[in-house]
Amino acid sequence: MRKRTFGFVALGAAATLLLSACGGSATGGGAESENEFDQGSTQIVNPSDKTGGTLRYAIEADFDSADPGNTYYGWSWNFQRYYARTLLSFTPEPGEAATELMPDLAKEMPEPNDDFTEWTVEIQEGLKYEDGSEIVAEDIKYAIARSNFNGGTLTLGPQYFAEHLDQDDHNVYEGSDPLAGFDSIETPDDHTLVFHLKKSFSEFPNVLTQLQTAPVPVEADQGELYQENVLSSGPYKFDGKYQPGVQLHLERNEHWDPDSDPVRPALPDRVELEIGVAQDEIDQRLVNGEVDVDARGTGVGPAMRSTLLDDEAVQGNLDNPYTGALRYMNIHTPIIEDVACRQAIMYAVDRDSMWRAWGGEPGGDIATNLLPPAIPGSNPESNLYPSEDGKGDVEAAQAKLDSCGEEDGFSTTLAVRAENDNEVQTAESVKEALARVNIDVNIESYPTADFFGQYAGSQDFVRENDIGLSLSGWGPDWPSGYGFASKITHGNAIMETGNFNTSELDDPEVNGLWDEALLTEDPEERAAIYEQIDTLVMENAAILPVVFDKSLIYRSDELTNAFYQPAFMMYDLMPLGVDRD
Amino acid sequence: MSAPSQVPESAEDADTADVAAAATQGRSDAENRSLKQIAWQRLRRDKVAMISGIVVVLLILAAIFAPLLAKWFGHPPTQFHQDLIEPSRRLPYLDPADPDAGVDRWGGISGDHLLGVEPTTGRDLFSRILYGAQISLLVAFLATLVCVAIGTILGIIAGYVGGWVDTLISRTMDIFLAFPLMLFAIALVGVIPDGVLGLTGNGLRIGVIVFIIGFFNWPYIARIVRGQTLALREREFVEAAKSLGAGNRHILLKEILPNLITPIIVYATLLIPTNILFEAALSFLGVGINPPTPSWGKMLSEAVPFFREAPYFIVFPGLAIFITVLAFNLFGDGLRDAFDPKTSD
Repeated sequence: MRKRTFGFVALGAAATLLLSACGGSATGGGAESENEFDQGSTQIVNPSDKTGGTLRYAIEADFDSADPGNTYYGWSWNFQRYYARTLLSFTPEPGEAATELMPDLAKEMPEPNDDFTEWTVEIQEGLKYEDGSEIVAEDIKYAIARSNFNGGTLTLGPQYFAEHLDQDDHNVYEGSDPLAGFDSIETPDDHTLVFHLKKSFSEFPNVLTQLQTAPVPVEADQGELYQENVLSSGPYKFDGKYQPGVQLHLERNEHWDPDSDPVRPALPDRVELEIGVAQDEIDQRLVNGEVDVDARGTGVGPAMRSTLLDDEAVQGNLDNPYTGALRYMNIHTPIIEDVACRQAIMYAVDRDSMWRAWGGEPGGDIATNLLPPAIPGSNPESNLYPSEDGKGDVEAAQAKLDSCGEEDGFSTTLAVRAENDNEVQTAESVKEALARVNIDVNIESYPTADFFGQYAGSQDFVRENDIGLSLSGWGPDWPSGYGFASKITHGNAIMETGNFNTSELDDPEVNGLWDEALLTEDPEERAAIYEQIDTLVMENAAILPVVFDKSLIYRSDELTNAFYQPAFMMYDLMPLGVDRD
Repeated sequence: MSAPSQVPESAEDADTADVAAAATQGRSDAENRSLKQIAWQRLRRDKVAMISGIVVVLLILAAIFAPLLAKWFGHPPTQFHQDLIEPSRRLPYLDPADPDAGVDRWGGISGDHLLGVEPTTGRDLFSRILYGAQISLLVAFLATLVCVAIGTILGIIAGYVGGWVDTLISRTMDIFLAFPLMLFAIALVGVIPDGVLGLTGNGLRIGVIVFIIGFFNWPYIARIVRGQTLALREREFVEAAKSLGAGNRHILLKEILPNLITPIIVYATLLIPTNILFEAALSFLGVGINPPTPSWGKMLSEAVPFFREAPYFIVFPGLAIFITVLAFNLFGDGLRDAFDPKTSD
């Protein structure tokens, strides 16, 4: 086993400084890992079917909610599958296969009608909750109803069902029969569900992987309080109550049938999640072997990041996968109206310098297109605004400025999230680069929490303060062009506040293609449409891609079956086990 | 002192030991020295105070002439030098000509970059610290000015008028002192819209920080002023002025205020370092001025992730804050001792 770091943290930072300055290794004298750098991005590391032991998770920030029907955090969608089985699932394999769908509760993949407005799915028979009662189709119908049609009781989860189901206003917490009048999902028998949608939606099965399809019997539901003791359909159940901000402990659910579950090997006997541990402490304990996995899955914090990169001995314990997100700059179309002026910015930025702001090689790849590499239809090779070494093409930029009538440059404001060091440095780089063509950029930093609510995502604020540029990041709800980019490029997604189509791109051609994609059955044809959209958005110069960023994850040698699952943008937590010998 | 009728007062007050000592040598010139002269003499003998005074002056000069110094000895503070930086470690190369030689844990100090370069961007640390001094000192001085203005006015009124006015002002002071200043500042910087009072960008941010520090730190000055005023208003020269028919306005401005100048100067000097630290803390938390304008607090927070690999980056901005605060504190202490009647010569 790998032993711990420099002496005692209690001695304080000074001691740490001294020791590390003497070249101390982050993991002391332990043997080097047999694994390779970044192995977990493409392969299963330490494959094993050894059961038993306790898998120890820690995380800094709590769940938004431990209720599967009421959560939107990426790691939470992954973690809650321990106690919540969904209709469909992503495939638990590394690499491209991971984004393909497979049945979980369902018997087989759902069947659509001709125009993708009606979907039928059957669930397996004989599945049980932790109390031994049977899981029936109506419980899934109720779970979807309560998480999307609840009169504002559960507000945290996604609203794809509310958006797409052909359903009038409904509130399950009103009236004596919660499902009276809820006809958009039919349950002809105990094991069949029929979904009726408002309009064609070819990617509907992706929504059926979401936790809101995990069954909840009407009798068990306690509204917001349900999160304290969720009725488990998965291999583990709550051991005691979930204590917000403190912990969630899980023990085996004896009524779960392993043969019915192709997704969860359920190796450990216990799963313990410790909540509210500072990121720096989690990182230190990970390296010390006192925690197995950082549940958040976005990698170590900046301090440990530079320590680990600095230490030859731990390279085999590091994974460096894409986070799945695109980091980009919005070029606000209502403020910088002329497309040539926007294109001038696309040419003038120094991509190499912005890439450095994200930490170079281990920080991510320079992005020159919209869709991240893991998404079908992505073409990371395409680059409409090339330049030598990515340093920017000043002449081309000047030519564009001439053609939009701003040959002497102009002045604009760049909004940035104050707490995000990488984004602040990106902003500083943009300012330096655009100064080369006399575009004067004033950087304004705003609090992260309200950035889209009150600042860059508020149409009024953007206009009053003449904010022409803003930095943001975006990750997919599911790994497809639609799941990734529709909310940031479709004209319909523009909002007064909380506007994530922050550049306010409203291009009829782009909008039309989005609608066309939803009518296209063949995933490859859809991918081709998404690639077209990508190119159009780049031509519009509304979004300036910066990097497809990567996280740096410390992988303990005791952890088995670790691999990066692109659909969750972190390790697939279900196959994980521990081997402590 | 500038209070003409009270020169003997002050001198007598100043130092009995001094007078007694002088008396043994006959009527020396000590009798004729004003408090100001005595204080200056003492200050000159206080080496620590003199040195820190010189440091303070040098700091102010460095801040004023930052552009010139940066031009002579460094580079513009926002200019990137990324050719010096290894991108994945974010640290400067040991030898930019030979990338395989590894990274420099000592910040890339060279003849060209006297204090080395920043991680990631490679900006010149020397210039950034100089320009950082501008912001730190500007904010600290302006905020102190606001404190002194509010504190003196309210303190003198409370002390002189007394009664319910005194009670009201004193309780207000207590409330302000109990205010969670840092939290309030963070919240306020976030919600004040652009364009208030015609200020935008950094002008606005500096304005907000100055306002917050000034508006909530005045009670420290006000308490001292109130105490002094309470003592002064019972003194014979005030009684004398009253009996000669002087109005309140005359007494406040001509009799009492001149005697308050000394403590105010002393405490203002001691308030400046507090305000420097406050500005640094705000910048550290990311609610200070906008990037890329350098500030010491922001430089510190950017150096934190590197504290294990290159502890060096934390040292210079840290030292800058440390030296400035220490110099102002020691100078303020020296000033107080010099003016303190109870200090022996």
